[in-house]
Amino acid sequence: MQDPRVVVEVNRVRKRFMGATVLDDVSLQISLGDRVAMMGPNGAGKTTLVRCMLGFYHTDEGSIRVAGHDPVAERVEVLRHVGFIPQLPPPVKLTVGELLHFVERSSGTSAESIARKAGEMELDVAKHSQKPFFKLSGGMKQKLLIAIALARKSRLLIFDEPTASLDPRAREHFYELLQSIDYEHAAIYITHRAEELAGLVNREITMDLGKVVVDERI
Amino acid sequence: MKNLLLVAYLDIRESLRSKWFYVYAFVFGGLMGLFFISGITDSVVMGFTGLSRLLLVFMQVTIIILPIFILITTVKSISGDRESNILEYMLSFPISLKEYYWGKFMGRFVTVFFPVIVALLIGVAWGLVKGGELPWAMVGLYSALILSLCLVFLGIAFFISTLVKSHDVGLGLSFAVWILLLAFIDVALIGLMMQNRISDGVIITVAMLNPLEAFRIGAIALFDPELTVIGPVAYYLLDTLGRKMLMLYAVFYPIALGGVFALLGYTLFRKKDLL
Repeated sequence: MQDPRVVVEVNRVRKRFMGATVLDDVSLQISLGDRVAMMGPNGAGKTTLVRCMLGFYHTDEGSIRVAGHDPVAERVEVLRHVGFIPQLPPPVKLTVGELLHFVERSSGTSAESIARKAGEMELDVAKHSQKPFFKLSGGMKQKLLIAIALARKSRLLIFDEPTASLDPRAREHFYELLQSIDYEHAAIYITHRAEELAGLVNREITMDLGKVVVDERI
Repeated sequence: MKNLLLVAYLDIRESLRSKWFYVYAFVFGGLMGLFFISGITDSVVMGFTGLSRLLLVFMQVTIIILPIFILITTVKSISGDRESNILEYMLSFPISLKEYYWGKFMGRFVTVFFPVIVALLIGVAWGLVKGGELPWAMVGLYSALILSLCLVFLGIAFFISTLVKSHDVGLGLSFAVWILLLAFIDVALIGLMMQNRISDGVIITVAMLNPLEAFRIGAIALFDPELTVIGPVAYYLLDTLGRKMLMLYAVFYPIALGGVFALLGYTLFRKKDLL
């Protein structure tokens, strides 16, 4: 019987791309309450591991369970519990209003709650609702994606370098928002700036050459 | 089902704002305008006049333009989204791959089919205004032929889109498919026929496996039931299939082929890494 607090269970996962091993026998567990800073040089396998958790990649060996489900075979069940913010905002052609409609209909998160979260980061969603998402400034796009992820109240939040395109003030708001999350969840922050996450994370995982080389509580 | 319609609806909304859609609609609308100005409805060529003549020219142009437009604009649908990380973000929401893929397919079908069918209907209306008689059966069958042409190239485009990782490779492959079906197969078959190495029946069968050829024969058969325009091959086709079967083949074979390619594309989409 699996521990219900375990959100992510990665068991001896290997993944190869064109003969090159990108994930090499990776095993780890992430439970509710874990705030993980995932670090490592470029090409270490951080993003690949996260993409396997999201069901984008099929693993060559081993298994992954997220919220008790297989991310590939049961992707809808898995993604109900996961909020994801990509490193760079994608150039989505939908208007802001349409994007919120998509999020609302697909995940059940109300547009009002997203607008509220965005407002906490000084982004007025109503003012921009008719604008195509890709025409917003880099900072606005990232704020909206953060607002969407936080409003979804997911059990697992995955942030891939979430503050890369935010100015210092917006970063401050973002960290304040993270600290104010009022429900139990697990979070993975892929980052190169560990010092910024000080106080936010309680666990550090470092990867190199597709392996977990450090996994320690802080 | 709810998300399938959602993806289709958003794809249509997105397409309606895209420049390619306006170019596409303008080309077909403009073609009709050009036909009216050039007085095609008033000209008599090979015994065809009025609305029939207009529809014949429209179909001849459609056979060249429609496939390449569908291929080029649709092939970016999955591969372009994959390359620009849109796919990564949109598929991080709880939507099944089935709903996403077929929703995109439905949305794209609406945006490619309607401008062509609307242009056709404008042409028919214009012909009626000019005093022609409405050939109901012909308009109905033409609409069915256009639908089948749209579906076969959508299926091929979605297959290519899921097969390739790069948008540029997808575009190159689309162009190769288009030119192969439009001209190269015919050229190669004519060469084989002239060498007399393969039986004519095999050559005609291979030619008829080309969905563009099926469309072309179907369109011609509407005006010219004896297919005199295509020469002696007409005897073989009509003797083997008969006129009714030939028309059914021209409409349903491309739809079936498009369905097979779309399913293959879906299988690849499900089985391969998404990014």
